[in-house]
Amino acid sequence: MTMTLTQAVITVAAVVLGTMTTRFLPFILFPEGRKTPAYIQYLGKVLPFAVIGLLVVYCLKDVSFLTAPFGIPELLGIAVTAALHLWKRNMLISIAGGTVIYMVLIQVI
Amino acid sequence: MNVKRKALRAAFPHTIPIMAGFLFLGIAYGIFMQSKGFFFIWPMLMSMTIFAGSMEFVTVSLLASAFNPLYAYLLTLMVNARHLFYGISMLDTFRGTGRKKPYLIFGMCDESFSILCSTKAPEGVDHGWFCFFVTLLNQCYWVAGATIGGLIGGFLPFELEGIDFVMTALFVVIFLEQWLSQKHHLPAWVGLGASALCLVFFRSDQFILPAMACILILLTVLRKPISRKLEGGETA
Repeated sequence: MTMTLTQAVITVAAVVLGTMTTRFLPFILFPEGRKTPAYIQYLGKVLPFAVIGLLVVYCLKDVSFLTAPFGIPELLGIAVTAALHLWKRNMLISIAGGTVIYMVLIQVI
Repeated sequence: MNVKRKALRAAFPHTIPIMAGFLFLGIAYGIFMQSKGFFFIWPMLMSMTIFAGSMEFVTVSLLASAFNPLYAYLLTLMVNARHLFYGISMLDTFRGTGRKKPYLIFGMCDESFSILCSTKAPEGVDHGWFCFFVTLLNQCYWVAGATIGGLIGGFLPFELEGIDFVMTALFVVIFLEQWLSQKHHLPAWVGLGASALCLVFFRSDQFILPAMACILILLTVLRKPISRKLEGGETA
């Protein structure tokens, strides 16, 4: 842990507050089922797809592709995860398989 | 009491598929936090209070970086923006649930949402209590998983180095699931492309705010073509 306990608690509190904002806001803004603006509805449809792309990149943000091992363990881990998922379509198998391969790659090699 | 027990009995079968997934991911999350030096109390309390899986994983890396609560708040808004739309679809469902309503709103994760928007309480079962138990059971699975993970993490007979990858794998799987569910992939490309580009131009600990701004701007600019494709995709 790099933060002090107080800083860590404040950070978690900010995340809780952010999550609660996203969950409670609709019920505050549209108390009796007022019509949702079309732009907001549009964002609701497309934002989830874009945000997951962002989170995938976020996970790779500290990988250096220009110095050894050139992100090869990460790319192989992702390839195994994706291949397992396309094959079995089972979230647990895909995540466990990809993670185990990655852990073996960085611990053994 | 009978009303509650009936609702619990009706809700439980719907949550069984979620139980396996939540216990597994929750345990992975607890182990992950434990490997980062957090006592099991942390994953337990975080899974209880945040109760938004993706964001809990991201919070672990927030805790390992520089202290910036505003950034944490904004990032949470973006990552959890989808809840806004769950809320909008649940406005009617949660109407008239009385004192249970704040908890239903608080506990609305993706999985509870997917059950509640596709399932109605059976005949003779109280709707409010049915929603309540679906939400509560799912949260119990998740908190139990995270706590177990945090407890056993230190005693596993193998090195945990690389367990962080469970977060990457989770997002890759969600990305694939979303990709396969859609005919048109422009929003997914916007997310990947804008983020990758911002990562090239900004430092890795600063790229996410510009990336979020770029995504919002691009999605706004591209609204017409994307909306047209979404409509086309639905009728096709």
